[in-house]
Parts: sequence; structure tokens; C-alpha cells
Amino acid sequence: MLNHNKLIVSHAPFWHNGSSISTRSYHTMIAALPAVLMGIFQYGPRALGVVSLSISFAILWELAINKITRRTVSIGDGNAALIGLLFAMLLPATSPWWLVATGTFVAVVIGKHIYGGIGGNPFNPVLIGFAILMVAWKDFFDFNEVLVNYDLGFAMVYPLAAVKHLGTAGIESFSTAGLLLGQQSGGIGSTFGLGLIFGGMYLIARGFIRWEISLSFLAGVFITALLFNLNNSNLYAGPFFHLFTGYTLIGAFFLAPEDSSSPVNFIPMLIYGAGAGVMTVLIRNIGSYVDGVVFAILLMNLINPLCDKIRPKALGKVG
Amino acid sequence: MIKQSFIGLAKPRIEYEVLNAGQAEPQLIQPSEKITLFLKKSPVRNDSILFNVGDKVKTGQKLAYSANPDAYVIATVTGTISSISAFAGDYGKSYTAISVDVDDNEELDDQFAELAANPTLDVAKNFLSGMPGNPSFQAFSEAAESIHTIIICGVDRDLLITTNQYAVKTHIKAIKSGIGILKQITGVDNILMAVPQHLMQDATACGAPVVTVDSEYPTTLPHLMMQNLLGQVVPAGQNCEDLGVCFLSAEGVASLGKAFDKSRIPVTKTLTFVDKNGDKSLISAKIGTPISDILNTCGITLHEKDRLIVGGPMTGSAVFSADYPVQADTDAIIVQDSQNLDLVSDYPCINCGDCVRICPANVPINMLVRLLEAGQYEEAADQYDLYSCIDCGLCSYVCVSKMPVFHYIKLAKYELGRMHAAEAMNA
Repeated sequence: MLNHNKLIVSHAPFWHNGSSISTRSYHTMIAALPAVLMGIFQYGPRALGVVSLSISFAILWELAINKITRRTVSIGDGNAALIGLLFAMLLPATSPWWLVATGTFVAVVIGKHIYGGIGGNPFNPVLIGFAILMVAWKDFFDFNEVLVNYDLGFAMVYPLAAVKHLGTAGIESFSTAGLLLGQQSGGIGSTFGLGLIFGGMYLIARGFIRWEISLSFLAGVFITALLFNLNNSNLYAGPFFHLFTGYTLIGAFFLAPEDSSSPVNFIPMLIYGAGAGVMTVLIRNIGSYVDGVVFAILLMNLINPLCDKIRPKALGKVG
Repeated sequence: MIKQSFIGLAKPRIEYEVLNAGQAEPQLIQPSEKITLFLKKSPVRNDSILFNVGDKVKTGQKLAYSANPDAYVIATVTGTISSISAFAGDYGKSYTAISVDVDDNEELDDQFAELAANPTLDVAKNFLSGMPGNPSFQAFSEAAESIHTIIICGVDRDLLITTNQYAVKTHIKAIKSGIGILKQITGVDNILMAVPQHLMQDATACGAPVVTVDSEYPTTLPHLMMQNLLGQVVPAGQNCEDLGVCFLSAEGVASLGKAFDKSRIPVTKTLTFVDKNGDKSLISAKIGTPISDILNTCGITLHEKDRLIVGGPMTGSAVFSADYPVQADTDAIIVQDSQNLDLVSDYPCINCGDCVRICPANVPINMLVRLLEAGQYEEAADQYDLYSCIDCGLCSYVCVSKMPVFHYIKLAKYELGRMHAAEAMNA
């Protein structure tokens, strides 16, 4: 044999469409940028600090776990950074550093790596981190309280808290257009409705998230809110208010469609999205929490494996 | 290589190669020194050996271990046997590799010629199984009654390949006589010719009813052709022959026609050759010609860590040496440069669902692959439809984690097959 070159031998197929986890993560981060930039623009260096710290800590926790468990270093895939960014987007700009550090620890280590790392987490890691913090230190998540020193030129009352305590009379100062343009208090990256919608459209068009989940989530929120509103319009806000306040939009486009904790088949995706949407409004309107997105999505994460059993019959399957 | 489009929302549409209208004659490549033939049986010492190192063989001579063999191979050149060795293929296949040093003067073996005047199924089975296009007559022998339909594939099974399309375009007369012989020897009257839309006109000359097949991968895989052309769904775990349908390649049927028309077994295989730049050309070479001869003629140098693929980009197999010979079913040879390889990774499934949405057989791959990774093959078959898979490879093609999904599936099927065979032996 004259030709002693060692050839690469691998299994078919020998083509790949070029998709990758890092592309997905980084493009999701790009899609989140408009909303984040708006938050930084509104709340200034503090917001920038929280975002940077959150991303850095998330990456550091991931690296630490990689080292401790002696696995390949996986911070390059961007998933940890994405968790950090999304986590920061939910936080108020005034969050202290230890809150960010603890939250990202819970998100990355408990939310993701304890279950076996990327792809193994049954719950959205960001939401696990956020929910535990929200239960543990709820004062830091009372937007009326923590953002009291900010005056950004619009009513600095947290819209969902206002409607909860005062009924629709408390939210007359909010216009739908204003909500879309980010004229509301809230998390750093979750108030700029237009930016989130724009980012969501980008993710849907690129195929990075599943449109079925986002749309059914929004539809679930819209229909349930509409029903409540029709029933008692003094007490319950209208559907557009619920769509554009709190974490609804960031939930629809960035949190609910998280790959590992959401279904992949068509009907389950609709059930999952709509279920989370319905739960969101139920918690907001009759539950004790001001915003329901976090718990609604976590709850639907829980039924995801069961839900995903509803699937089309495989080719040639007997019985 | 077909990459994902910027708009990833729509499912990718991957199209089969279309034969150029003015396709040039395939470039004929002669074996330079020796050829290697694969006899589908591992070397057995106890069998009465009918050939040996140093024996002279003639073109068309049948080489087998016994007088009534279950496996044989037809010599495609005249020459001297220089070595006989064992060769291990993938998935447990074992062969006897017979190397023949090529003589300049070609002599023809006349064993088949004497029988060719009177075509019978036995003659076909005893001489023609290893012809270019790899026609198999096994299905007809096992249950002569049960095969009721033959579909001749004028389409190619994998992307980039135009080998069978070329056979339809240029050898339609041979296909016509092949169809006549098939009807005569098998007694099957229902023979369909499946071609892509653009070959509809050419194919009508074959005399059999012509059906067209969509140009989107993987519609030409037998299971999907059964579904689309005959409206029959093959139950999971069964194959098309179980339902009485046999698939033959157009090239194989053309070979059958030529064999009886000319009383001589065809030995030259047409194949699509794809070089490192992705440029395609048709080549014809005798079965057994080492790929290195083709590479040398085409002026291609293999470097370290390049990839050499026998078959198409989705379902072919990579070989480890350029000495690997052209075989009866080698429809394509693809050379990939080490710079352009897409390698698999050891990332786990992230449950993005791309595979589930692209799977033509609706297999829940996101769940399946988790079980396969853990080696739980029986559970995978029971709960997550392992046997519904039709081996198209699209799941690996779209996998965001770059998992070798298709590899896992094939391995699982192979391991389960072995387990069941062992159980049957011990029962």
C-alpha cells in the first residue's frame, strides 16, 4: 500500500446543516439585546452592572462545575452566558451583587448542572434561580420598593402591582403604546415590549425558538385576561395590559421556549404554551403573587414530559 | 454541502441531484495493476476450495467456495489471483477479499454464455447477483409466490448521485429487455418504473408503467416509495419484500438486459464521483477497481484526515483506505477535504426538536436517542419506535448538538438483530 495517509472514518451522514448550540445561544443573546439596551439606557450604570455581573457569574459557576466534575469546559457554547443574561433581564436594576451571585449559582448549578448539564434540566434554569430568590428575598423583587429612587418620566408604579391592589382604576395612566415603548417599571430587560417582540420575531424566523410555544402562550394570556376583563372590568385589566406588562413578553419569547424544558411535538407545544399563558393570568388575577409568569412556566415545565407523549403515530407502527 | 438557510423557520428542502440533459459519457477508468473482489463469505478452510492463489481467472468467471455456493463473485478481469484474505466490513459483515493481478489480454469465460440463450431464475441467481447495480434475486427464490410487484428505481437513493438516472437516460433499451426477462424468469407481471419528473419522457420507452417520484430527500427510500406509490405502509420492523414488493435499481435491470442480450455478464459499474470541490462527474470502472486508481486518474491526492465516502452523503459509508474497491452497489464515491468535514460532538441532546420535526417516519428521536445513548436498545424499540426508522440520516444532519443520531440508531438495530439471532439459536 503506497498511500499511508490516515483517513477520517465516521458514520453517515457526512453532511450537517451547520447549526450549533453556540449559534443558538449567541443569537438568542443578540435577540435579547434591544430590550437589555433599553433597560441599561433607562436605569443607567447600575443596570449595566447587574447585567455584566450576572453574565460573568453564570459563566464562572459553569466553569467551576466543569472543573469540579472534571468535564470538558463548556462555557464556549454560550448557554451559561445566556442564562446569566436572561436572569439579569428579570432582575430590578437595584439588585445587590450577592443576589446576582446567588441567583446565577442556583440557576446554573442547581437549575442545570445537577440534572446533568445542558439538555438534562427539567425546568428552565433561569426560572429556577429566579423563583428561589423571589421566594427567599421577596423584598428585593418588589419593584415599587426597590425602584423608588428612580424617576424616568413615567409613572414608576409597577403596573401589575397597581392593578392587583387598586383594580383598573390604578392603571389608567398606562397606555398600551407606552407599555410597548418601555414606559413602565420592572426588570432590566423585561419592560421594553417592542424590543422583546422584535427579538422574539427574529428567534422565530431563524428557527431558534418554536413559534407554537410563544404564540400559544400569548394567546393563553390574551384569552384568559379577556375573559376576566369581560367578567369584571373594574377589577381585572384588559388583555393588552397583561400582554405588555410584567414578564409576559420575555416569558413568551425567551423563557417558555427553552429547549430542554419544553415539548417538541405540535399539540404538546400548544398545550404547554397555552397552559402557561392561562396559569399566568390566573396567578396574576386570583393568586397571591403579583406576576405569575415565573411560576406558570415552571408549572408547565413539570408536565412537559407527560405532555410530550402526545405525538404523531410513527411510520408503520402497529397498534 | 447544503447548509441551513438564514430563515430557519421553514423545514429545509433537500433536493436530489438532477441529471444534466447533456450529460457526457462516463469516463472509463481501467484498473492499473490489480483488482479486489469481495466474496460475501468469510474465508472457510474446510470448504472445498475451488480457487487458490496463483490460479488464472477469466473475465466473467465465477469464483465460489463450493459447487453450489450461497455466495459467489464474478471475476471482472482476466488475470492471476495474487492473494486471498479476510476483510471485515461494517456492522459485522465479513468478506473474503480476492485480489487479482490484471493481465493485458482479456479472455472471456463461457460458462454463462452457454446458459444465456435460455433465461431462467436459476441462471440469474447463479451468475448475475453481483452485477453492476447489485440486482438481488434472493427475494424471488425464498418465496416465489409472494413477490407480486417489482419497482425499478430510476431514481437514486441518496443526494448528489445520478447513476441510476443515467442508466434510465442512456440504457433504456437494456432496461426494456431487462424488464422482459424479469417478467419471464420471475413470473411477476406488475413491474413499475419509478423515475424523477424530468426523466418521465425517457422512461416511457421501457414498456413498463412509469411513475414519478418527488425530488425531495428522502422520498426515494423504499419505505417511502411504498407509501407514496403503492399507498402501502410497511409495518415497523418489516421490509418491503415482506409485503411482496421488490426494489431493483435501474442500473441492475439494465445489467440484466445486457447480460442476456449479449450472453456476457456486465462488469463495468457506472458511478458518480464527487471531488473535494464538490464537482460531480460520471465514471465507469470495472467492479473491483481500487478507488486509488480513480483518484489517480482524476488527479486527486488524498491527504491526512481527508474523508473518502462510498455512497451518498446521507447514507454512504466512509472507508479507511483508498485501496477499497468499487463494488456492485457503489453508486458514488465522494472525497471530502479535511478542512470541510462536519464532525460529531459528544454533547448531549438539548431537546430542540429539529430532528423530530424533520423525521419522515415521525420517530420521537429526542427520547429515542436518550435511551440509545444509555444502551437501552430494547426499551428504545418498545417505547420509542426504533424500528419505524427508515435510515435516511436527516436527524443527524439537522442535530444542533451534532450527535451521531443515525449512528446510534443503526448500532441499536444491529445489536438488537444480534441479540435476537442469539436468542433464536439458543431457543
